[in-house]
Amino acid sequence: MSPQPQAAVGAAVPRVDARLRVTGQAKYAADNNPDGVVHAVIVDSGVGRGRITGIDTRAAEAEKGVLKVISHLNAPELPPVEGQFPPGKPLQPFQDDRIRFFGQPVAVVVATTLEIAQHAASLVKVCYDAQRPATDLAAADPAGEPETYARGDADEALDSAAVRLDMTYRTARNHHNAMEAAGLVARWDGDKLTLWEKSQATQYTAFGMSGALGMPPDDIHVISPFIGGAFGNAFSTWPHSVIAAVAAREVQRPVKLALTRKQLYFGVGYRPAYEYELSLGSNRRGCLTASAHDVRAETSRYETHIEDVLVPGRMLYSTPNVRQAYRHVPLDVNTPTWMRGPGYASGAFPVESAMDELAHELGLDPIELRLRNEPADDESTNLPFSTRRLRECYRVGAREFGWQRRRPKPRSRREGDWLIGMGMAAGVYDTARSESRTSVRLDADGTALLQAATADMGAGTATSMTQLAADALGLPMRRVTFRLGDSRLPPAAGHFGSQTMASVGSSVQDGCDKLRRQAIELAVGDEESPLHGVDPAGIVVQGGRLHVKDDPARGETYRRLLARNNRTHLEAMGSYAGAPESAKFSFYAYAATFTEVAVDARLGLVRVRRMVGVYDAGRIISPALADSQALGAMTGGIGQALLEHTVTDHRDGRIVNANLADYLVPTHADIPELKAIYIDGEDYEADPIGVKGLGEIVLVGVAPAIANAVFNATGRRIRELPIKPEALL
Amino acid sequence: MSTELTDPAVSPPAESGSAPTRRTFIATTTVAGGAALAGGLVAVPLPGSVEAAAAETPHGSRVSLTVNGVRHTVTIDNRTSLLDLLREHLDLTGSKKGCNAGACGACTVLVDGRRVNSCLTLTVRLDGAEVTTIEGLAKGDRLHPLQQAFIDQDAFQCGYCTPGQIMSGVACVQEGHTGSAEEIREWMSGNICRCGCYVKIERAVQQTAGRK
Ligand code: FES
Ligand code: FES
Repeated sequence: MSPQPQAAVGAAVPRVDARLRVTGQAKYAADNNPDGVVHAVIVDSGVGRGRITGIDTRAAEAEKGVLKVISHLNAPELPPVEGQFPPGKPLQPFQDDRIRFFGQPVAVVVATTLEIAQHAASLVKVCYDAQRPATDLAAADPAGEPETYARGDADEALDSAAVRLDMTYRTARNHHNAMEAAGLVARWDGDKLTLWEKSQATQYTAFGMSGALGMPPDDIHVISPFIGGAFGNAFSTWPHSVIAAVAAREVQRPVKLALTRKQLYFGVGYRPAYEYELSLGSNRRGCLTASAHDVRAETSRYETHIEDVLVPGRMLYSTPNVRQAYRHVPLDVNTPTWMRGPGYASGAFPVESAMDELAHELGLDPIELRLRNEPADDESTNLPFSTRRLRECYRVGAREFGWQRRRPKPRSRREGDWLIGMGMAAGVYDTARSESRTSVRLDADGTALLQAATADMGAGTATSMTQLAADALGLPMRRVTFRLGDSRLPPAAGHFGSQTMASVGSSVQDGCDKLRRQAIELAVGDEESPLHGVDPAGIVVQGGRLHVKDDPARGETYRRLLARNNRTHLEAMGSYAGAPESAKFSFYAYAATFTEVAVDARLGLVRVRRMVGVYDAGRIISPALADSQALGAMTGGIGQALLEHTVTDHRDGRIVNANLADYLVPTHADIPELKAIYIDGEDYEADPIGVKGLGEIVLVGVAPAIANAVFNATGRRIRELPIKPEALL
Repeated sequence: MSTELTDPAVSPPAESGSAPTRRTFIATTTVAGGAALAGGLVAVPLPGSVEAAAAETPHGSRVSLTVNGVRHTVTIDNRTSLLDLLREHLDLTGSKKGCNAGACGACTVLVDGRRVNSCLTLTVRLDGAEVTTIEGLAKGDRLHPLQQAFIDQDAFQCGYCTPGQIMSGVACVQEGHTGSAEEIREWMSGNICRCGCYVKIERAVQQTAGRK
């Protein structure tokens, strides 16, 4: 078939659901109020480790309007669950008297109104036999075998290196803190369960809940058309979801349960804290000869959270000798989970800070050092890169940012009290793809409906898929509807890991191509069609009209074609098989982030003044949406670098800043002008539509760029995130 | 106690009566101009008054207030915040609960023309007040200029902070705190956007202020 002209793809279009979102009509999970809905509030453990010795629910139950108080004393038995991602035993609520972490759910109160449930929850008295929890990564020992990687002999090469640097970096625990709290409404109809739940992957949620409740996944219907941000914490099965389902079954009413902001700090996962020891060896010219990476990460005692923190350190730069070890330190905490740029964003901070340190040590420009270590292929897999345009990212970024104005000598630019500095860092993120299907239906009225069980947490999935489909079908965008966020739709990749466009988008393309071919074949075989007998390869569709590519006057509309043939609709199932088992290439997206900071010499306060991010993310389907994602990630990266820090009181395991007044995230006043540039280029080795994923790569490298700029401004190398004013005094 | 809302100072006595459930409440209150409204959702301003006949509760109070042009007389639990009144009782779920503690601005609405955090505002204090929520901003199909500016500038991603940002932005423009990008940022800083749309929100407010 002839390739379709590109009109919607690449255009800056408004979001297809924009009106719903700006008028308050978009329904998020807790916005659903089905008939008879009642409210549940969880009672959290007030100790960080130990056993429950007694629960007194009498006062709570005496409150008018309280329907039920459920705890391990009266909860239904749930099946034990064997976890795979992450490996371990997921916490099944109310199954025993053990307290594993501070804030663990110990009871739930169900009442007719939220106010009654909240008050009654405060009346539940819980007694504990408390022990001192271990919650400090720095003070605990790892368990199990480390995950390791090696090539060459790193230790010997480090010993003989002309230049050797040994550093220890630390990154704080971060919480996603999406604006919408995790929450759901659960309703039983006989044996069938409906969940209006915040979910990045409705079918994963149905599957996870089926395991937790011991029922077939097909009996669980998960509905999640709108998600108020998630960044990775809305696809695991968290205890509160199971609690809501159990509570709804117990009281025989639909139950609404939304975690409070405070409960989000222990009710769902987080980006784990890391300690990262890194040694670099190089020759005098700045060619890396060796690196050694010893990483410790926090996890819970009941599950082992794993993420790709080691990858940047083994493939971003050419290094003949590499040794890596990733050790898990189980603590009395709830289990971490993936947060935007998982692993890579944590690993890029040490690696990219260390490259800046080495550049300074050698008196080289940080970009020049990176260019001298650009690998010819992926040295960790010996595979060629499908595409790697990092050099171009550096070049474009340096020009746009004005990198040549940077003064190599630290602390050499001052404006009043402010020390000014510039920094940059590279970033990398895996191009993930997984199996997806999308159904496509073209109706006789010339409108199309596409459906796939993917989701949208803010990236604008429905919009970008509509752009892709509109071009592939030859329809204007307004005649195409894309439905997502429902577990009953065709199985598709979940909305995480930057895989949505590559995976679901490829199935959209396939489904639309199949459907267009059907229509074209119908026309050329129809004696009454003006296209009768034309070579199908020479036909394109534009504006809902099929026509000969070189003779636009010759053609007819889908509507006419379907009407004349008495067809109510045409339909096709698009599919994409996902990444092949054995890859012929190494697939990654790349970034270069440049920033200028001002540091108050007397107060240690760091302000980001401007930032430019340049990305090699393959083909860009929706430039306006891609731009918004990048600016949002820069904002998140500023938070990671300068503000975000979950503080635990290690005496009892309590998170002391479990709220948005004390866990600081960037606000309007923290964010200056930001600029994102996507360099041209497709990657058709990665997937049929040439994209590499962009939701994560745009975050990776922001924090080290800021840290490197702080060094350039002050001469102080801060190896711990967030960079707090006291570290700079 | 795991929740953040209940302030001991405003907690009711332990003895409480039966509060109206959402359904009974809706059934008894959404009457405008003598006609019951199907579905219970009042999304467009209507003249006339909505009279509540919900069951009295020992810790309930009777309050009359206007929401998006519709007058409601409600008997409401003294603990009910304006945000929960809107979301759980009036089915106006456009206003969002981000923190329930005054720290994020997702719940921002206008009360008598001023922006407030509705999560920190008790309904019982609003007798006679005029409340405008995101649902009341557009005039029929015609969006408020700031709603349109949010679309034009792509000033949102997930959209969850958006109702609060827009209500706050409307007030910011009315207050005249739009002299510069810095001033807008300063006066919008009570509204957190975790998706990080600040640059574009500021442009949207700028666009609207420029048109004023
Ligand atoms: S919900 Fe009211 S300020 Fe956060
Ligand atoms: S658009 Fe998602 S929090 Fe602002």
